[in-house]
Amino acid sequence: MKNLLLTLTAGVAGTALLAGAAQADTLRLLTWGGYAPENVIEKFEAETGHTVEVTMSNNEEMIAKLRATGGGGFDLAQPSQDRIKGPQEEFGIYKPIDLSKIDADQFTASMLEATKANSTVDGEVYAVPHIWGTSGLIVNKAEAEGVKDYTDLCNPDLEGKVSYRLKRPTLIAFAFSMGMDPFEAYGDEDAYTEIMEKVEKKLIECKPVVKTYWSGGDELLNLVRSGEVVAAMAWDTGGWKLNADNADINFVAPASGALGWIDTFVLPAKGKADDAAYDWINFVMQPEVAAMITESAGNFTASKGADEYASDTLKAQYQGSFSPEAVDNIKWYPPVPAGLEAIEGGILDRVKAAQ
Amino acid sequence: MAAHARIGFVLLLMPILLWLVLLIIIPHVDMLLISLRERVGVGEYRTSLANYVTIATEPLYMRTFMRTAVMSVLATLITLLIAFPVSYYIAKMARGRVRSVLFLLCLIPFWVSELVRTFGWMILLRETGVISQFLQWAGLVSGPVEMLYNDAAIMVGLVYTSMLFMVVPLVTTLDSLDDSVIEAGYDLGGSGWSVMREIVIPHAVPGIVSGCIVVFMLSLGNYLTPTMLGGKDSLWFTEMIYSQFIVRFNWELGAAFGFMLLFASSVIVWGMLRLTGQTLERTMG
Repeated sequence: MKNLLLTLTAGVAGTALLAGAAQADTLRLLTWGGYAPENVIEKFEAETGHTVEVTMSNNEEMIAKLRATGGGGFDLAQPSQDRIKGPQEEFGIYKPIDLSKIDADQFTASMLEATKANSTVDGEVYAVPHIWGTSGLIVNKAEAEGVKDYTDLCNPDLEGKVSYRLKRPTLIAFAFSMGMDPFEAYGDEDAYTEIMEKVEKKLIECKPVVKTYWSGGDELLNLVRSGEVVAAMAWDTGGWKLNADNADINFVAPASGALGWIDTFVLPAKGKADDAAYDWINFVMQPEVAAMITESAGNFTASKGADEYASDTLKAQYQGSFSPEAVDNIKWYPPVPAGLEAIEGGILDRVKAAQ
Repeated sequence: MAAHARIGFVLLLMPILLWLVLLIIIPHVDMLLISLRERVGVGEYRTSLANYVTIATEPLYMRTFMRTAVMSVLATLITLLIAFPVSYYIAKMARGRVRSVLFLLCLIPFWVSELVRTFGWMILLRETGVISQFLQWAGLVSGPVEMLYNDAAIMVGLVYTSMLFMVVPLVTTLDSLDDSVIEAGYDLGGSGWSVMREIVIPHAVPGIVSGCIVVFMLSLGNYLTPTMLGGKDSLWFTEMIYSQFIVRFNWELGAAFGFMLLFASSVIVWGMLRLTGQTLERTMG
């Protein structure tokens, strides 16, 4: 009897200990390069006792990874806000965010509301915003002064000196530049197919001008830095990075509007350390920490007041690329309805295979 | 006693059975089931052959597949042409230390990862790269030359990547050929060419075939080299599988592509074995 009691007490004590240990969790973070810099992780680990494991990825791979495990393997992920609704409806890989655990005051209100609206499925909110930026044009002024819009990348004078990706942003960008509105047609598959077929024709027509379709960010930066490419479609931060090395090169907001994206925080459906995830969100949204991330990622965050801490170079570069009108002209990606990728996929394959 | 032996046999067989079932058979059955699914609505699927119909009806996919297969065969032949003399020299002519050094030279490039090796080729071939600058410096060309981003660059990368896998089986089989047999060939009045044709090559056929199979499979399934060195027109079949799975979220079509690749490569290998009158046991054993 005494023995049994002892065993029981030991058991209870053991469970209590385990519960105590669970307070300090391991946060498995699935994110983009630069979004979780070493100095921020160290500070977070020291402050909360959690440990952070970072896996770097991109939008498509994040969703593919979560889909393969049904939303397991990670506790916090950062896909763009247009990639929440479709995948959630189709694969159910996220779980709703408990907004009461998020310090909403730290967010820029308009951005938080927009992301909430874009990531609501069946009345539940699935994402909060973190980092935003745009894609547009990177132009070497000395060599390609005339490039003002995406379709200028088809100028035969630039033959063999142009590069862009064969991915959906390119299709969307060319559609806007050709005077169409693909976002308007998101809900209508036939109308969207028609737009995309026009873009396909244009891209095939422009193919002789292209040097190569780039696939990795660093690959493109190398091409532009070495002077092999003088005009490209790419992200704003890439342009600003190059601008620091060579003043002739800079990011240009295209006449038809830069394409704006917001990367978010979402909880994978089978995440195990939700508390650590909420801790991380609230931690990185503090203005000082957000500024550290801006320094490493090169993009601004949705944290209110973090701009004050941002470096002057970055601010100057940002203002150089974006006039107030250009900011108003940014086209923000609406949620991608499930099934559009299949249409775009066929188009992209045909462009790549065209001779 | 007999029961004992049987249990022992089963236990010995267990690791290979587990390996086969868990890592090869189960995933492939799953892939087959996925490839036979068609998406009809949000989260709704039904069984159909739609994906295979798409492959058959969309000329682009067949064309890309044929292109990949033909280029892989070509890469295999080029590798064989380059590797045979090298292997013959290592196995029959070089002796002692020279031999080890030569073998080591073939091996050294494989000490670095494939990514780094491919990147090395990019540094050499690009417009501002080493070869282009050398040619300009030597006055042979007036402007920068672009040698990257085309099919020839892919071919160079594939041959370089697969060289070792051709050299090793060739050296092994050539090594097993008794020198006195070659000598006897010459004694009986054979010329260098006829000795090569009548004695050396027939003896080396198992090595040639196994090398070719490995190189062909490696080229056909290569993802990195064609993606990095290839140009705006060079679509490789594995690249299409990757993009269906990862970029388009279209696992169904991707799985069908995968099965097509598996089926076609099996047919090609089988054809190669039949053509040379070899069996899988003889070449691999």
